[in-house]
Amino acid sequence: MAKYLLLKHYRGAPAPVNDVPMDRWTPEEISAHVQFMHDFAARLETSGEFVDAQALAPEGSWVRYDGEGRPPVTDGPFAETKDVIAGWMVIDVDSHERAVELAGELSAAPGAGGRPIHEWLELRPFLTAPPTVTE
Amino acid sequence: MDEALLRSLTPGVLAVLVRRGADFAAAEDAVQDALLEAVRVWPADPPRDPKGWLVTVAWRRFLDATRSDAARRRREDRVDEEPAPGPAPAVDDTLRLYFLCAHPSLTPSSAVALTLRAVGGLTTRQIARAYLVPEATMAQRISRAKRTVSGVRFERPGDVATVLRVLYLVFNEGYSGDVDLSAEAIRLTRQLRSAVDHPEVAGLLALMLLHHARRAARTAPDGSLVPLADQDRGRWDTSAIAEGVAILQAALARDRLGEFQAQAAVAALHADAPTAQETDWVQIVEWYDELARLTASPVVLLNRAVAVGEADGPRAGLAALGELDPGLPRHTAAAAYLHERDGDPATAARLYAEAARQASNLAERDHLTRQAARLNARLRDTG
Repeated sequence: MAKYLLLKHYRGAPAPVNDVPMDRWTPEEISAHVQFMHDFAARLETSGEFVDAQALAPEGSWVRYDGEGRPPVTDGPFAETKDVIAGWMVIDVDSHERAVELAGELSAAPGAGGRPIHEWLELRPFLTAPPTVTE
Repeated sequence: MDEALLRSLTPGVLAVLVRRGADFAAAEDAVQDALLEAVRVWPADPPRDPKGWLVTVAWRRFLDATRSDAARRRREDRVDEEPAPGPAPAVDDTLRLYFLCAHPSLTPSSAVALTLRAVGGLTTRQIARAYLVPEATMAQRISRAKRTVSGVRFERPGDVATVLRVLYLVFNEGYSGDVDLSAEAIRLTRQLRSAVDHPEVAGLLALMLLHHARRAARTAPDGSLVPLADQDRGRWDTSAIAEGVAILQAALARDRLGEFQAQAAVAALHADAPTAQETDWVQIVEWYDELARLTASPVVLLNRAVAVGEADGPRAGLAALGELDPGLPRHTAAAAYLHERDGDPATAARLYAEAARQASNLAERDHLTRQAARLNARLRDTG
């Protein structure tokens, strides 16, 4: 009953333990990784904790208002961008502990050599509507 | 077809099947079948006893389903050995559902979902919308919960406190989508109170009514939070307050104080004050002392510190706050408030901004940010 965003980063997170770029993996290792993610999401659907998951392309544009009557300014990814989001999963769980547990499991997705990547995932609680009772 | 009538009858019918020994999930399937049948048949041929009609049809469906499943033969035998249903009052059957849905083997979110489905008679879609999750997610949550309690049989009522906790969770979810969960929690607690003679059930009902009475005044039209002291008391629902106070007084008179009664007493003292300035803070501190004795909850101690600040001045409040863990939720916000009242806007502004970063909900974060901004603007003007 509390929603959390699990953010995967292409770039910007601390280096994972099993730090081999995906394009150096074997096709089987990639398949195993994809299957793991798939099974993980399917398991959360079954447990009633799944809300949403989406993957994002690495390339994005920056867009800015450029004044009345003018088209918005766009720009490619800034050279100094430190952080690139790869995708997200939204879960709805009973406690922060459960969210941490699930993020830990997701971080154990297999990578090169079939060993867990130990990838850092960012875990962010949703801001909620206020509860009925506060004062 | 009277949808409200069907919805009000559903939990009772389900409860009869469960009492007769039907597996929870199978019982619910059978009841759904019976409801569909009712929608088809009743308009042309309305039954004299709608609930009896539904029980008969649902029970027949359940037996059909059970018999057709050879693997369930053993359970069918057990069901057949059950004594014929006696003249037990309908409300006792529904009571079983309350305890089943609040079974300790369920996680809080499962218990809440199952209660809304089985006791409240809401559809899975309505519950999913209220919790802003996909319908498939809520369906899985409910069916898992049903599986978890499928083997549970009831010899005696369980712990009332567990049921009350689940109902309070429902109430605190507030409302979104097309179902008002606070109103639903009040309806279910009322129903529970008619079945269980327990002062804490009355205490929870009183508490819900007293909070609910202030709901219209708690948010501005733009959705921002209005603190208790600034609320337009003319918009409080006086009939809900009167009912809550009456229920609370009757419960307190029985001299079996519990957590919900004490919380309701605090809410009643707020509701009773014609203006914020006339709030009886001294008595509120006394009730928080009772609550601290009953629960030892750090949140209670935090609220008590704020109340002490109102009763004995901000310095006393800050002293009480100083004895508590600064990591507590809303500790920083309370400190900010007390420092402002103590005439230190610079510290208050800094603490409000810090509290805003820690807030877990949107309206509260925006409120705290505005407080910080208000003090910073004042400091700029004077300094």
